[in-house]
Amino acid sequence: MKQGIFTLEEVREKGGGIWLLRLAGDTSAITAPGQFVNIELPGKFLRRPISVHEWWEDGLELLVKEAGEGTRELVRLPAGTKLDVLTGLGNGFDVLDAKGKHAVLVSGGIGIAPFYGLVRCMEEAGVDIQAIVVGFASEEQARLLYTGDWVIMGYRVLPVTEDGSLGAKGLVTDVLKTLPDCHYVMACGPTPMLKAVHALPQITGGQFSFEARMACGFGACVGCSIPTKNGPRRVCKDGPVFRKEEIVW
Amino acid sequence: MVDLSVTLAGVTLKNPVIPASGTFGYGREFAEAYDLDLLGSFSWKGTTAAPREGNPQPRIAETAAGMLNAVGLQNPGLDAVLREEVPNIAKLFHGPVIANVCGFSLEEYAENCRRLEEADQAAILEINISCPNVHAGGKNFGSDPQSAAAVTRAVRGATKKPVFMKLSPNVTDIAEIARACADEGADGLCLINTLLGMRIDLNTRRPLIANRTGGLSGPAVFPVALRMVWDVYEAVDLPIIGCGGVASAEDAAEMMLAGASAVEVGAANLRDPFACKKIIESLPAVCERLGVERIADLTGGAHEGRAKG
Repeated sequence: MKQGIFTLEEVREKGGGIWLLRLAGDTSAITAPGQFVNIELPGKFLRRPISVHEWWEDGLELLVKEAGEGTRELVRLPAGTKLDVLTGLGNGFDVLDAKGKHAVLVSGGIGIAPFYGLVRCMEEAGVDIQAIVVGFASEEQARLLYTGDWVIMGYRVLPVTEDGSLGAKGLVTDVLKTLPDCHYVMACGPTPMLKAVHALPQITGGQFSFEARMACGFGACVGCSIPTKNGPRRVCKDGPVFRKEEIVW
Repeated sequence: MVDLSVTLAGVTLKNPVIPASGTFGYGREFAEAYDLDLLGSFSWKGTTAAPREGNPQPRIAETAAGMLNAVGLQNPGLDAVLREEVPNIAKLFHGPVIANVCGFSLEEYAENCRRLEEADQAAILEINISCPNVHAGGKNFGSDPQSAAAVTRAVRGATKKPVFMKLSPNVTDIAEIARACADEGADGLCLINTLLGMRIDLNTRRPLIANRTGGLSGPAVFPVALRMVWDVYEAVDLPIIGCGGVASAEDAAEMMLAGASAVEVGAANLRDPFACKKIIESLPAVCERLGVERIADLTGGAHEGRAKG
């Protein structure tokens, strides 16, 4: 964990309550994709934990969906605003654990946010990705949330929308069932999606990124603890990414 | 050079700043942020005899100038704390520690205190009779003078260490509870625990906290805590640890002027992991501004004609 002052360099509205924020500051504490930052906001007592979309040496990007008062205020801050940010929080995805497992990445909605850094890290580490299954409510949401060039990079990207307006119609689990060699997933999305993916008999391993209401974000208050097979574990500190074997619903 | 040291029932702290129970775990997380040896002490996470998983999610909600929590005394249990946390604390921190003791019966409180005799570093036992998030028949031991007195009697007979009763603000007259504890031989008091509150999610029309209610903490409760410290200082002749919404060195000084000998800092640690460090670093300047060479001289200073020795 590191506390730093970041400068909000760019706030870009993509539409539909989705925003891309670029912040400049020291990111040396960030060690894995799937980690998050915790941002102090003027007038709010608790910081706002937000997954890191992508990061580099002296800056990072956040893909933010307006959900409540905090995110609404955050995305309306003017460029140039200085923000007190805790970085390097949580256990992110363990890229090397996926080595040789022919992993399938699975996202639902805004859960796609940490996958940009994840795909890059897997590429850099030479870890094979079988396919990237990206679930959205609609083609419109896909257009707002898919900001990458994974197809150009040569990855097999399988979109799925609830209304069938883009790619397969249905849920990400419908697509996973059509992939006979999919046994190891790296998943991020709403809890019902995680639960459904976790329950597929074909899935024997993988990593699942959780969400929770947090107070501190660095393990002290245990406000975000969830039951696991290894006893209560903090989403903020022991997670947000948990191994398939330890998860209970 | 300002003297920041204070004394609580014979235990000397190098300064009056103590991270409050439930916001500091057993020290591990904050040791990643700063050197714990700059603290006066810290109060560890409320510990019961058996491990507890706590309440279901969600347990946290934000409020104006504060937060609600309904963690529900999640802790690894006293065995694991004595085996794993106590030896680790000795590596992270070299001053006196405050052991927060919880229980669900008089026997459990007494037994937990007896078992802490072996933990030399636990210099003060803080007896939590005020957690609002666990329901033993809907009440806690701190909610009436008779049961507060009964717990005090039970722990007093079980340990030679100083016992500080941690009082609930969710009562009609906190001074009456304080007197009941004093009469049974408490060495000090810590107040206040969180105020019972709730929020409702407008989208779901259901309480935001799964446990329905939670304990309110943060700057919102500071004036309430300050008033209660004042009342208790007037009522009993025991050292008081003032707790509730302290977020700055100025707040700490106010709390001491109201009657506290030391202060606990809670929710502020969760917003800013460096809160206690910053408060300690600002204390000398605040003392100089107030014209005191010993911070201990602030205690009770706001009470007319009643400065305690």
